[in-house]
Amino acid sequence: MDALIEKLKGQIIEQLNLAEVKPEEINPDSPLFGEGLGLDSIDALELIVLLEKHYGIKIEDPKDGKTIFQSLRTMAEYIKANGKG
Amino acid sequence: MNSITSYARIKNNSVFVNGTLVFSADTNLNITEFLSEAYKKLSISYPKYHKMDTLCKLGFLCAEFAIQNTPFLEANNLDSIGIVLSNSSSSLQTDILHQNSISNKEAYFPSPAIFVYTLPNIIIGEIAIKHKITGENAFFVSEKFDSELITNYCEMLLQNNTTALVSGWVEINETNYDAFIFLTERKENINKNTIFKPLNKQIVTELYNT
Repeated sequence: MDALIEKLKGQIIEQLNLAEVKPEEINPDSPLFGEGLGLDSIDALELIVLLEKHYGIKIEDPKDGKTIFQSLRTMAEYIKANGKG
Repeated sequence: MNSITSYARIKNNSVFVNGTLVFSADTNLNITEFLSEAYKKLSISYPKYHKMDTLCKLGFLCAEFAIQNTPFLEANNLDSIGIVLSNSSSSLQTDILHQNSISNKEAYFPSPAIFVYTLPNIIIGEIAIKHKITGENAFFVSEKFDSELITNYCEMLLQNNTTALVSGWVEINETNYDAFIFLTERKENINKNTIFKPLNKQIVTELYNT
């Protein structure tokens, strides 16, 4: 799980152009939206694309994103349970 | 009396503010590398900058250089400041990036973050968001910088509820880039500030060509 979280940190920084954020600054349990990384609605769509592109996971109902993208850890747990990559 | 109170010019990997060179970088740097260096020169922290496409970065930086060290934002109500920009190639570079991401049906991954920049007036939005500007705005596409069009439109806005404007030209095409942003305020040059210039077609053309 820790290796997946570290991999996700790099992918999120690259995909969301978080140029001023270092991987070690991302707390796996901090909220991704609002506080924490302060991501916005476009970032949420990019995360959906990231899951599909890198892990073959298609989120059919965008409402599920709220649970999946709570934190880096919830994202990693979802990938572990549903991913193909 | 409408006065141009500050202006910035970005071209050939150099930044000029009110006609003075304030930053230049190796001409071998590509536009992305150059803009990254110019951003550092501004000494601001604005994480959203890194999410912008290259056209927005260019327009955003040129506006920042024009506004920085001026009382422009404090002297005018934010809902009375307008933004009027123009260019020739619209958002073509980003349009192509988006097209490339959807042209292969086997690897069909359109990026929402790229798609949102497939309109040139997003530059206006980025500047407005940064400074909470909520006045009038317009974006014109013309073959080359049309000082008459911009000047006339600015004058028309300034006759109504707009008291100040961020205006100019922000162009990126496959071979070159070019940005010119000037600030206009509805006030007389009572302090005889040498930077202040009257808003008219000749002056705008002259400043663009410097």
